[in-house]
Amino acid sequence: MRPFEYTRATTTRDATRAGTDGATIIAGGTNLLDLMKLEVMAPERLIDINRLGLNAIEESGDGGLRIGALVPNSDLAADRRVRKDWPVLSRALLAGASGQLRNKATTGGNLCQRTRCYYFYDTDMPCNKREPGSGCQARGGFNRIHAILGTSEQCIATHPSDMAVALRALDAMVEIENAEGERRSIPIAEFYRLPHGTPHLDNELHPGDLITAVTLPAPAGGAQIYRKVRDRASYAFALVSVAAIVTMEGDRIASASLAFGGLAHMPWRDDEMEAVLVGATPSDDLFDRAADVLLKDAQGYGHNDFKIPLTRRTLKAVLRDACNVGEPA
Amino acid sequence: MQTQLSINGESHELEADSRTTLLDALRNHLGLTGSKKGCDHGQCGACTVLINGRRINSCLTLACMHDGDDITTIEGIGSPGALSPLQDAFVRHDGYQCGYCTPGQICSATAMLQEVQAGWPSHVSTSLEDDVSLSNEEIGERMAGNLCRCAAYPNIVAAIREVAGAGEDA
Amino acid sequence: MTRTMTMDRPDERRRLDDMSQGLVGRPLDRPDGPLKVSGTATYAHEWNVPNAAYGVLVRAPFSNGRLRRIDSAATEALDGVVGVFTGEKFLRNPAQGGADEAPVQGTETVQYLGQPVALVVADTFEQARHGAQNLAMEWTAENGVFDPEAQAADAEEQEDETVDQGDLDGAMRAAAFTVDEVYRTPCHNSAAMEPHCSIAEWDGEDLLLRGSYQMLNYNVNELADSLGIDAARVRMLSPYVGGGFGSKLGIAPEAVAAALAAKQLQRPVVVALSRQQVFDMTMRRSETRQHIRLACDADGILTGLGHEGLVSNLPEEEFAEPITQSTHFLYGGANRKLGIDLVRLNRTCAGSVRAPGEAVGMPALENAMDELAEKLGMDPVELRKRNLPDKHPEEDIPFSSRKYTEAMDEGARRFGWSERNMKPGQLREGDWLIGHGMAGASRVNILSKAEARVTMGSDDDGVFATVETDMTDIGTGTYAILSQIAGEMLGLPMERVRTQLGDSEFPKGPGSGGSWGASSSGSAVYLACEEMRAEICQRLSCEEADLTLKDGDAIAGNRKTSLAELIGGGGQISAVGRIEPGKTMKESAQSSYGAYFCEVAVDRVTGETRVRRMTGVFGAGRILNEKTATSQCYGGMSWGIGMALTEELVHDLRDGHIVNRDLAEYHIPVNLDVPQLDVVLLDERDDWACPLQSKGIGELGLCGAAASVINAIYNATGVRVRDYPATLDKLLDGLPD
Repeated sequence: MRPFEYTRATTTRDATRAGTDGATIIAGGTNLLDLMKLEVMAPERLIDINRLGLNAIEESGDGGLRIGALVPNSDLAADRRVRKDWPVLSRALLAGASGQLRNKATTGGNLCQRTRCYYFYDTDMPCNKREPGSGCQARGGFNRIHAILGTSEQCIATHPSDMAVALRALDAMVEIENAEGERRSIPIAEFYRLPHGTPHLDNELHPGDLITAVTLPAPAGGAQIYRKVRDRASYAFALVSVAAIVTMEGDRIASASLAFGGLAHMPWRDDEMEAVLVGATPSDDLFDRAADVLLKDAQGYGHNDFKIPLTRRTLKAVLRDACNVGEPA
Repeated sequence: MQTQLSINGESHELEADSRTTLLDALRNHLGLTGSKKGCDHGQCGACTVLINGRRINSCLTLACMHDGDDITTIEGIGSPGALSPLQDAFVRHDGYQCGYCTPGQICSATAMLQEVQAGWPSHVSTSLEDDVSLSNEEIGERMAGNLCRCAAYPNIVAAIREVAGAGEDA
Repeated sequence: MTRTMTMDRPDERRRLDDMSQGLVGRPLDRPDGPLKVSGTATYAHEWNVPNAAYGVLVRAPFSNGRLRRIDSAATEALDGVVGVFTGEKFLRNPAQGGADEAPVQGTETVQYLGQPVALVVADTFEQARHGAQNLAMEWTAENGVFDPEAQAADAEEQEDETVDQGDLDGAMRAAAFTVDEVYRTPCHNSAAMEPHCSIAEWDGEDLLLRGSYQMLNYNVNELADSLGIDAARVRMLSPYVGGGFGSKLGIAPEAVAAALAAKQLQRPVVVALSRQQVFDMTMRRSETRQHIRLACDADGILTGLGHEGLVSNLPEEEFAEPITQSTHFLYGGANRKLGIDLVRLNRTCAGSVRAPGEAVGMPALENAMDELAEKLGMDPVELRKRNLPDKHPEEDIPFSSRKYTEAMDEGARRFGWSERNMKPGQLREGDWLIGHGMAGASRVNILSKAEARVTMGSDDDGVFATVETDMTDIGTGTYAILSQIAGEMLGLPMERVRTQLGDSEFPKGPGSGGSWGASSSGSAVYLACEEMRAEICQRLSCEEADLTLKDGDAIAGNRKTSLAELIGGGGQISAVGRIEPGKTMKESAQSSYGAYFCEVAVDRVTGETRVRRMTGVFGAGRILNEKTATSQCYGGMSWGIGMALTEELVHDLRDGHIVNRDLAEYHIPVNLDVPQLDVVLLDERDDWACPLQSKGIGELGLCGAAASVINAIYNATGVRVRDYPATLDKLLDGLPD
């Protein structure tokens, strides 16, 4: 870990201004310090935002919820309102990390997690995300946990968050304040970036930007499911995860919002696939057609080829549960 | 830099590099070696301590971020002559072998039982809204952040069950 | 006083059964428990050594070649850095268990990515770590060899392991049923929770090393040889070891680096490995490719058995994962072909990881037996029973005590084995496919030379005893069982016996490894106590057979004498016991046995597998402490679950480096992966093993366990996984759509 200057922000302005001057924001620190210890990240200045407040969960006028950026993952998962009206979010949070990490990890910080790519974590290996232009060792290397959608020549990393997958299905907004004190809200759909030629950029945050809150729209109702598939029973990152919010009208699907983890550089969502589902009568055949659309551009890199059939199977099972239909005999 | 730390009810003046994690502050500077370093990356739970009653990985936080917080380490949970009920149950149920992950397990379990009291659901809870019934599966999930390579898990579960007054698993 | 016993003939006296204190075998709490649960047991990093500097090792960032230069100037200029060390005395890798001499040394020749090549020392850990992360080097890389199977043609045959008896090819052709399959197991890491650590402190030419080591008796010599100093100048302390599982058998790079730096800096130096370095530069279990051939007649009687393997290691390392160790004697079959080939790779050193040999060899054999049973349409328990040889099938020697049949029968009964579905893929609960499987357990039993001193004295509370040996307790229960044996023999309650371990100045024990620790050091304690009992008899003028020691009193005939009185204030009775292995090791085939029965649930959608219940029944001679022995079996079975489902140390085949070098990505089982295991320990005495009639149990729980899980997965799904671990990707193709 490189030496750094530590300061504590007492106002959001302290934080955003420091950010403009090159400081890195630390909140829970569970991923940042992990990476700093390995010098994968090596900031010269840290600005601690833990005492800014920003830790309330408030009902917004439109029936939604405003979640302060510093609300710990455990509080958010346990919040009675979230458990009742946005259960997919509670489920996703509870599927992630461990009790200890959830107590420390924050809502804003969780969104900013870096990838778990083995080569990103090993500073003796080339990695375009860590060191632009150095190359990608995951292609042609061991890539069991890597992406099958939206990859680029430069990077096949995935985003590791469970929470963000649920937020993507919920159409959450990310509220950001900049050094000028301006606030903007961007849909989570536009918060993350695909790797393209700039895999070192995970999201649309710019220097001086501070996530102040995440807002949820009014409850969508319906069936809400978070299904995480991983290599051990707990305390492991997702190979594939599916967040689903499905509402029915009679025997037809009225709305379907499906987001996927473990597949791409960002929580993945496919409007075309959802369009296949909406208005249709649930059936295994329908689910297969949806999976066909989702996976039409999917590409494996060897060790992660299995994610393609695994995604199809998991999606179908989640849809069966969400639509409350049995499997074909 | 200087940080005032309140640990197990005692105030400590820490003079250390800003890079010092809470875990390294405890172990290398304050002589509180009960909290263990197993991975230094939040991947094993051996360093678990309580901050304001909540369990966290002390390896993944900086000491300088915790002035004013109420920190409890295993040394504050109990001592050889005055073990806490969980510590005593771990001894009787052989909920450890090499003992290295044990302080973290006990700190974690201490806070975990509070979480259950507060009605927090877990990944394996069937319902998000009903009261928690502390089954073996619930204990296993809630303690998943504390690795034990000796794999004393069955005995750890038994010790926690006993202290929680959960009786036999159905 | 010294009493020596060489184990040349079975000890049928079973003297422990005649004792009166009632300690041996009982499920007593560990005396070290209160220290461990309160965080006050002193592990290697936790000694208070004033003025210690911190050292952090630096790895070679290339796989093979020559390190031309370390440019330490920039690092030395960093705040707090007090020195950068490298050179010919650095260890390339840890010593193998029991090596008793230095392993390959030097930093100029690099043979794997991860090899330690330098140590950066600073006033604080934070300063040293940053210095180590930024140390500049120049090197010339050469092509390396990374893929074991691609090198199979260049493999070295391990001649000591080779058996070629009869005509296996012919037996295969003539057989009614055969199995001819290849099984693969990946590399594993011990992943003990405490990373390796040493604190080196010199007093003139004398070195005190506080470390985390399993076998001080050997480690002292390995350390001295590495440093080029007299072993008499080295003292090591390891009273508490945070898990070993083989990874701390031999002296490791951090100890030598710490000692070299401390000497030059004239200041104590502490060096702890990071978790990533534990993966990179300690020991891995070799990957294995195992070709198993079984031939049997229509009744399931084996006529042929082949077990041939390919394993790997670094150049110059002698260790070759002994996968066929129990295959030599477990089952019959007149036509036999066993052998191990070793390839040389530029990968992290291969060495002992818990139960070297059987941990991976037994699962392959037991998978093959399951496949054969299915072909025969026979209960796999019955198949095994039919093939238990009357004597060692390759050597003309008898078995000592063998409780294999009893273990299978008892396990089958408890588990409800007879109620299982024999046909795969039949049982379903919601999305879960349920299956049942079993496998046998076997682990060779070894007695090792050991010494211990026992001293009886008295204080205000009466008589007490102290046991001293350099033996270690790595979680195995040594503190408990040595106190139990001494208390039993001397008639003292547990709380009046104090066992002191892990100081190389104590009498030399065998160290913790190969499951020999309890029997070997326990026998030494027993022999010391026998000598002390003889002394008591002499003082009381009675015969040993007439002497009863209980609760601090000596009873002979109708006379009761307090031991405190007998010893007298300030007096003591002390003896050293010494056990040496003898003819019984060669004249009998000794092993511990057991059986596993496992129920799994496989998610039919995702292929995720959960072990729902698992029974293990074990026969390991006399059980010394039922509680700690059971815990050892829990541990072993959990390792079996990990091996079956999640554990795989991955090497990048382009440069041999370990890809998943942390505990987030090397998946050892978490609490939720392990159900409430059911363990039964059979009542047994093995007179051939040692005067305690006990055998090793620390590794037995693992030796075949994974096969029961894999066999259960087959029963659940119809998918045979022969490439460990059974991660979900290997099941997907075989699951219903």
